[in-house]
Amino acid sequence: MSNIPETGRTPRVQIRLVIIQVLVFSLLLTLGGRLWYLQVRNGQEYTDEAKNNHVQQVVQPAVRGSILDSRGIPLADNETRLVVSTSRTELMKMKDKGVAVLTRLADVLDMKPKDVMDKVRLCDSKTPKPCWNGSPYQPIPVTDEATTQQALQIRERAEDFPGVTAEPTAVRRYTAPGLANTAQVLGYLSPVTDEEITKAQNSDSPYLRSDQVGRSGLERTYDKQLRGKAGVTRYEVDNLGRVIGQARNDEAEPGANVVTSIDARVQAVTEYELNEAMKAARKEMDRNTSEHYKADSGAAVVMEAKTGRVVAMASLPTYDPNAWVGGISAKEYARLTGKKSNFPLLNRAIQGQAAPGSIFKVVSSTAAVNAGYKFNGNYPCPSSYSVGGQVFQNFESRGYGSITLGKALEVSCDTVFYGIAHKEWQKDGGMKPKHPNDWFYKTAHQFGLGKETGIDLPNEVTGRIPDRQWKQSFWEANKVSWCQQGKKGGTYVEKIAYEGCLEGNRMRAGDSVNYSIGQGDTLVTPIQMATIYSAIANGGTLYNPVVGKAIVSADGKRVEEIAPKSHGKLPTQGRTLEQINEALAAVTTTGSAAWRFGGWPQDKIPMHAKTGTAEVYGKQTTSWFASYTEDYTIVMTISQGGTGSGASGPAVRKIYEAMYGLNAKGDQDLSKALMPEPRKELPEIQSDGSIDAPKIRPYEPVKETPDEQTLAGPPATSTRRD
Amino acid sequence: MAGTSGFSVSGYGPERGTWARLVARDSMARRLDWPLLFSALALSLIGSLLVWSATRNRTQLNQGDPYYFLLRHLLNTGIGFALMIGTIWLGHRTLRGAVPALYGLSVVLVLLVLTPLGATINGAHAWIVIGGGFTLQPSEFVKVTIILGMAVMLAARVDAGDLIHPDHRTVAKSLGLAVVPMAIVMLMPDLGSVMVMAVIVLGVLLASGASNRWIIGLIGAGAAGAVAVAALGVLDEYQINRFAAFANPELDPAGVGYNTNQARIAIGSGGLTGTGLFHGSQTTGQFVPEQQTDFVFTVAGEELGFVGAGLILLLLGVVLWRACRIARETTELYGTIVAAGIIAWFAFQSFENIGMTLGIMPVAGLPLPFVSYGGTAMFAAWIAVGLLQSIRVQRPITA
Repeated sequence: MSNIPETGRTPRVQIRLVIIQVLVFSLLLTLGGRLWYLQVRNGQEYTDEAKNNHVQQVVQPAVRGSILDSRGIPLADNETRLVVSTSRTELMKMKDKGVAVLTRLADVLDMKPKDVMDKVRLCDSKTPKPCWNGSPYQPIPVTDEATTQQALQIRERAEDFPGVTAEPTAVRRYTAPGLANTAQVLGYLSPVTDEEITKAQNSDSPYLRSDQVGRSGLERTYDKQLRGKAGVTRYEVDNLGRVIGQARNDEAEPGANVVTSIDARVQAVTEYELNEAMKAARKEMDRNTSEHYKADSGAAVVMEAKTGRVVAMASLPTYDPNAWVGGISAKEYARLTGKKSNFPLLNRAIQGQAAPGSIFKVVSSTAAVNAGYKFNGNYPCPSSYSVGGQVFQNFESRGYGSITLGKALEVSCDTVFYGIAHKEWQKDGGMKPKHPNDWFYKTAHQFGLGKETGIDLPNEVTGRIPDRQWKQSFWEANKVSWCQQGKKGGTYVEKIAYEGCLEGNRMRAGDSVNYSIGQGDTLVTPIQMATIYSAIANGGTLYNPVVGKAIVSADGKRVEEIAPKSHGKLPTQGRTLEQINEALAAVTTTGSAAWRFGGWPQDKIPMHAKTGTAEVYGKQTTSWFASYTEDYTIVMTISQGGTGSGASGPAVRKIYEAMYGLNAKGDQDLSKALMPEPRKELPEIQSDGSIDAPKIRPYEPVKETPDEQTLAGPPATSTRRD
Repeated sequence: MAGTSGFSVSGYGPERGTWARLVARDSMARRLDWPLLFSALALSLIGSLLVWSATRNRTQLNQGDPYYFLLRHLLNTGIGFALMIGTIWLGHRTLRGAVPALYGLSVVLVLLVLTPLGATINGAHAWIVIGGGFTLQPSEFVKVTIILGMAVMLAARVDAGDLIHPDHRTVAKSLGLAVVPMAIVMLMPDLGSVMVMAVIVLGVLLASGASNRWIIGLIGAGAAGAVAVAALGVLDEYQINRFAAFANPELDPAGVGYNTNQARIAIGSGGLTGTGLFHGSQTTGQFVPEQQTDFVFTVAGEELGFVGAGLILLLLGVVLWRACRIARETTELYGTIVAAGIIAWFAFQSFENIGMTLGIMPVAGLPLPFVSYGGTAMFAAWIAVGLLQSIRVQRPITA
C-alpha cells in the first residue's frame, strides 16, 4: 500500500468537502439557536411547567363546622356515612365502559343497574337528571347510604369492582333538635360549580373540586368560617407519581362552629305555634270572601329586644333541609321550587313582604309628633273620613270622639291618622307640592323601612315605602301599560290603570291617607317590624338583627364573638317613646289585643303589642301581630290569615308563656321557663371538638281548657279590623 | 503490524523502542489530532456524568447501584479508547484489506438480530443479547463498515490513478453494498439507523466525486422513498406517531408527545446556567424516558443549562471541524471518503438526536455520539475517531 500515486485533488471533491463542512456547521448553528430560544428566551415558561410537573397535591378535605343553638345543641352537624363512589376515568378505560362493574355494583347495593348508570353519566343539555354535573375526574357518589355489609363486600371483592370505592365520609346532617326544623335559617349546601372554582382560585379560600358550598341561610353567610381549610400536602413526585420528597404540608383545619342565638326549644315552640295558628285560621270564616281563611304562609321572629339577636325564626311552609344532603333529586328540587308547594325555600321572615296594616301606626304616631302634633293632644276619631269625595272608613267602625294619639294606637283608630296625614299632605302643597316635608315618609325611612335590616342571612328583601320618589319611578316603569290598559269607567282594574296613567306619578291625598295606616303600596318584612318594635322596647336603638352569636374554632380555643351592631336610632325623644310604650301596653290590657291577653301578669312581665290587619288586593287580609316585653320582641304574620289579634295573638302569647314559664292563668313556674331572660354565656366546646349540650325534648303544648277560650271572646265591637 | 510512519505499514521499517517511537519527530503521537481526541474524550466524560445523573435514581434499571451506569459508561469509554488506539495502530490502510471480511461480519451480525438471538428494545428489534447483561447493537458497526466498504470500492481505481472520479458502475456497485445491510436494518425496524446510513451514503458519494446525477438522484430517491413509505403504510403506527408528534406533542400526549414535551420542559427549565448536576427536577423525577440513552442531552439542558449544553455542541463542533480538516488535508481519496462518511454520520446523528430533544426533529432512537449510554455506539464512535486519526497520521508527508 505504500507509494500511493499522487492523484491530487479534483476541484469537484474539494468543493464538495467545503459544502459538507458548511452543511455541518449550519446544522450545529441551528441547534445552538434553538437551544438559546428554549433555554434563555423561553426558559421561565418551562421552569414553571417543570414545577407543576413534579409537584402533586394531596388534598384532605376539612370537616365542616357545626351550627349550634345558644346552648350548644347542634342544629346542623356531620354524620359519618358510607359513601360508595365510582371513578369515571377508570370505568371508561374498560372495554364495556364499565357496564359489567356497575351492574355488579347495583346488585350489591340492591339498586337497579339503570339507576346506578344514570347517576354516573355526565350531565349535558340532552341528559335528563339524575346525572353527574361535577368534574368527570372526581369520584362520583352512587349512594351515601351503603350499609357496612355492602361496603365490606365491595372492599373484599376489589377485583370485581375496579374504580369503585366505599369510604366513610362526613356528610351534613340537619338534626332538627326537639323538632326545631329551622330549615330556612340554616340554609343548605350544594356542590361547588366550575365557575366558582375558577373565580376563587387565587383568593385566600380557594375551593376544592369536592367542596360543598353554602347556598342559603347561615350555611351561606358563614360558609367561609364553617368550611375550614382543606389540608394540602405537596409532594415532589417522579414520573410514575412515586413520592421522592415532601415539599410542603398544610394541615387540614376543621371548620369553625357557628354558635347562634337561636334556642332550639323556643324555635320548636315558635314553629309549632305558627303552624297551629295557621291551622286555626283555616277553620275561621272570612266574612269578606265567605271562604275559610287560606293561611297559605306565615312567619314569626323572636328577638332579643336589647341586642337584636334572633332567638327563633320560623317560616312556613317549610321543608326538610336533609333533602339536599348527598345531592338533591330532580323531583325533590322541582317540588321545593314549585308554585304548588308555595316555595318552602323562602325564608318569609326576611324575604316575605306585605303591607303592615296597623302595626305601622307606631311610625305614623312618631311622624305626627315630629311634625308638631302633640302626643296628648286631642284628635277627632270619627267613624269615617272623607277626602275629595272618597270615603275612608275607620275600620273599627266606631267613633271615639276626640282622643289622644296614645288612645288612637290603643284602639287602633284609623281616622285620627287619616286626618293628620291629610293635613300634612295639604301643608306639603297637595297635588302641587312645594318643598314637601313628607313627615310620614321621612319617619318611615328613619325607622329603617324600605331597606335591609342587615341581618346575617342572605337575600334579605327591602320592603317598600311608597314615597314620591318611588311613585315617580314606578309610574315611569308602568305608564305605558297602564295607559294601554286603562279605561275611564271600566272595571276596577281598568279604572285604577286609567288613574295611574293620568297621575300615577303624583302623591294624591288618598295615597297619603291610606299610607298613614300602613295600607296601600307599603311593604315591610317581619324582620323589619321586629327590629322596629325592639327599638321601641330598648329605648330607641335599631339593632341589626343577628343570628350568629360567635364563631368558635373546632377545638373551642378561639372564640370570636359577633357583637350586636346598630344601624341607627329611632327619630323620637324619650318622652314620646315612653308614651308609645304606655299605649302599646294598653293594647294588651284594654285595647285591641286585650281579649287575647286575659290573665297575663302585666305587673310582672309588662306586655306591649300592636295588632295589624292588612288589605291585599285580590286576597284575604294579612294578619300581623307585633309585641314585646322588656327582653323579647315577637312578630308574627300570616298571609291570608285574617285579623292580627284573631289569628296570631294566641300563638304569640303561647310562645311567651313557654319562654317565661307561664300557664294560661298567668302563674309563672321558672323551672318550666325555657328562657326567662336572654342567655349571655356561650356553650363550652372542648378541645377535642365535643360540645356539652343539654338534652332536648320536643315541645309539648299545654292543653287548654275549652271554657277558657270561650271566656275570652273577641270584643263585640271589633269585627274585621283592629 | 504496527505502522509507525506513512511509509512503513506492515513492520518492514526499522524497529525502534516504544518511547522513542512515541516522541520521534515523525512519531504517531506527535501527528495525532489532539483537539479531536480531547473533544471526543471530553464528550465521553461529560456523558458519564449525565448518564450517572439520569440513572442514579432509576432503581429498576440500575439494580440498586447508583454508580452502575456511571461505571459502565466509563468502562465503555475505556474500551472505545482502546479500540481507537488499536485502529490507529493498525491504520486505515491496513484495514483496507480486511474491509471485505469486516463488512461480511457486520452483515452477518445484523442478520443474527433477526434470528431468535435478537432482542427488542423500545419497539426496535435491533439488539443481540450476548449474556451477562451485555447486548450488542450491530447496526452501529454497520455504519462503520458501510463507510469503509464504499470507500474501498469508490476509491480503488481513483487512488490507483485509473480514473479521476469513480465511474457509474462502481458507484452503482457501492450503493448495492450499502443497500443490503440497510434493508436488513429496516426490517428490524430501526428507522433511525437507516436514516443515518442514508445520510452516510450521501456524504460518501459527495466526497467520492461521483457525478452530480448520482447525488441528485439519490436525494430524489430518498424523498420519493419517504413519500412512498408514508403512503404505503410500511411504517408501524408508533413510527408515524413519532414523526408527527415532534412538532405537535398533543397528537400523542401519552406516547411520543409525552417524551417530546417532557424533554422540552427539561431543557427549557435549565435556563442559562442550569439547576446544577443532580438537581434537575425533571431528571430526578425521571420524567424524561430513555434519558441515559437517546435523551441524554436533556440532562445537560436541565442541569447544566445553556452553558453546559452549549459546551456539548461546541465539543461536537470541534470533532466535526477536525474531521473536516482531516478530510480536506488527506490526498488519497480513500481517506477522504472515510472521513466524509464519518462526518456525515456524526453530524447527522448529533443533529437528529439533539434536534429531537429540542423539538425540531422527529423522535428516532439514535444515541448522541460519545455522550449517550450504550456500548456498541460508544465503540463504533471511538473506532471512527481511530480511523480519522489514522487518516491524519498516515497522510503522505509529501502532500
